[in-house]
Amino acid sequence: MIELKYFLLVSACLFSLGVFGVLTRRNAVNVLMGVELILNSANLNLVAFSRYSSVGIDGQMFAVFVIVVAAAEVAVALAIVLTLYRVLNTVNLDRADVLKR
Amino acid sequence: MSVTDIVFILTAVVTVGSAVVVVVSRSLIYSVFSLLFTFFGVAILYVFLGADFLAGAQVLIYVGGILVLLLFGVMLTHRLYNLNLTTERFQPIAGTLIAAAVFASISLAAFKTKWKLVGEKELEPTTQQIGEAFLSSYLLPFEIASVLLLVALIGAAMLVRRRTDV
Repeated sequence: MIELKYFLLVSACLFSLGVFGVLTRRNAVNVLMGVELILNSANLNLVAFSRYSSVGIDGQMFAVFVIVVAAAEVAVALAIVLTLYRVLNTVNLDRADVLKR
Repeated sequence: MSVTDIVFILTAVVTVGSAVVVVVSRSLIYSVFSLLFTFFGVAILYVFLGADFLAGAQVLIYVGGILVLLLFGVMLTHRLYNLNLTTERFQPIAGTLIAAAVFASISLAAFKTKWKLVGEKELEPTTQQIGEAFLSSYLLPFEIASVLLLVALIGAAMLVRRRTDV
């Protein structure tokens, strides 16, 4: 049986890659992909602890709700990105500085 | 090393490797398509953890829904004759440092902590347990989640409609 810490290691890799993507990308859709990586790594942790500790099915229930919220989040975020594209004609986040000017 | 270990290592390498391509690749299309492999890899890891329902849900919702939505996002926000859908990076050094610090602290915590684990559990189908939990102890979050999805649906439709046909 594979030990818990290897799942945690994979999840840590996914989380830090997601953080890297969110921090270093200019394109809003690409930043969203980083957020999806972070949510997936959190889900992987929840399911791993649900299997290896005594919490039972509760970890998987949390993971289901995370998937639901991720679906809602990506729909609204893409709507915002499309509106941004319509207004500014770009999806680069460093160009979305209308409030600063 | 058993076959299970080898399959696990392969899955982990594919998952993490394609996640690297997602955040490093300059082409947006490559990013989206390697995100596909990451999602599939996570689904296989769910199977390793005995979460059969979640593995199915992962494939259906992430691969079938969110990925297609992201692809729409890429296609709709670039002019179609402009085929080099590239993206730029900024703050690469600071980003790398922060990501490395996050990775170091999480993996240190994962390896150093003495987790209170129980022994090997029996593998059993989880769909019935999840369904029963939804309709008993998780009933209120379940209803709130459905309202949230409705609100997100209406909100997304409101945001992207054209202003002229109000």
